[in-house]
Amino acid sequence: MALVDIRQRSGYLFLVVTLGQILLISAQVNTKSGVPVIERVTFGVFSEVQRGFSGGLSGVRNVWSGYVGLRNMKAENDALKRDLASAQIAVQEQRALADRTRGLQRLLELREQVALKTVAANIIGGAATPDFRTLTIDRGTRDGVRTDMAVIAPGGVVGRLVVPSARAAKVQLLIDRNAAAGAIIERTRAQGVVVGSGDDRLRLEYVSEVSDVVAGDVVVTSGIDGIYPKGFIIGRIEQVEKSGGSYKRITIKPAVDFTSLEEVLVVLAPSQARDAAEGPSE
Amino acid sequence: MKAIGVILAVAVALALQTTAARFLVRGSVAVDLVLVVVVYVALISGPATGLLSGTFAGLAQDALSSSVIGIGGLAKTLVGFLAGIIGTQFIVTASIPRFVVFFGATVLNACVFMGLYVLLDLRHFGTPYAAVAGQATANAVIGVVAFQLSELLPGAVERRRAGKSRLRR
Repeated sequence: MALVDIRQRSGYLFLVVTLGQILLISAQVNTKSGVPVIERVTFGVFSEVQRGFSGGLSGVRNVWSGYVGLRNMKAENDALKRDLASAQIAVQEQRALADRTRGLQRLLELREQVALKTVAANIIGGAATPDFRTLTIDRGTRDGVRTDMAVIAPGGVVGRLVVPSARAAKVQLLIDRNAAAGAIIERTRAQGVVVGSGDDRLRLEYVSEVSDVVAGDVVVTSGIDGIYPKGFIIGRIEQVEKSGGSYKRITIKPAVDFTSLEEVLVVLAPSQARDAAEGPSE
Repeated sequence: MKAIGVILAVAVALALQTTAARFLVRGSVAVDLVLVVVVYVALISGPATGLLSGTFAGLAQDALSSSVIGIGGLAKTLVGFLAGIIGTQFIVTASIPRFVVFFGATVLNACVFMGLYVLLDLRHFGTPYAAVAGQATANAVIGVVAFQLSELLPGAVERRRAGKSRLRR
């Protein structure tokens, strides 16, 4: 029997491939059992490719800006940036510390919350598709990072860790449509939930219509989600609208510029959300 | 040989998408270099290669995006198949028709992708018209430029060689 040239049967091929993918989607939607193995394996392999490309790209950029361009100024600029980043992190820790000292309950929790154990990570890749807002960092399970650990930058909250492999990890940015964080308005202590909108702005939801909220207010993490440490800056309120319902419609400009991130910190403190999901330890 | 070329092109597009694209594009407008490669391959190779490259590229993106594996694949399969059919049924050699194909392919990809997510109640996209229009325009510009480069570069090299040999004589 002669073999059929599939190029002459593209309609059948299309049907078969489409049907296969519909079955694939159905299988995943029905079973919600964490990260699929194929995703983890593919991510692990591809993160190495990303590492190589990122290294190559960084090399080219470094050669251009460091040797061809302003050699001395770049070194000085890098040093200043490092100093500034350290100072900003120190300021954020001080801000978090000041918040916590306001109440007795917070005071009791001070010891375990102030000294955040973190690990620095470089960003080696972005999202594979523009519809998801993720980053790949060069730290993995070998460095102690685990799912649901918070990721922060000198400017503020970046996101949470979703898929760790041995030497890399995927971070879901706070601006991703599926991301959310417990939040509190620093001035009035009104609580809400910050959710990503898929673009470069965030929404603050579940803030009562009667709450005192104005543009320019600083929004910080409330810590109630068990992932993000309390008191870290999320952003500033840009717009407050009346929705006509029980809650205000609030837009936040993130404190972090997600398009220019190069280094982040992973908070190694145990995540309550992850521990709750994993159950009691022995 | 052709399959290896397609796989390589998709892999390079994925690598560029995850490393270089975030430096090139700012704000809410984001290009999808992988989609550009799929449409490009479909236009020059036909529906079968187009749909297979779409399937491969979409599944790879899904696997790397913490998304439901198959949704992006299905969207790009459809886009690759239809772009391949358009490439074989119509003359798509001028810049404007190519721009329209790339623009339409991005819009179709977004409709299928977001439509499936909304249909399965897995994700909500609000009103993404401006973002999709921005992405479609950016993809179309990159696609048209890629076609122009791939067509003009070999000719330019030939002319340069011919010019050099004439000078030697």
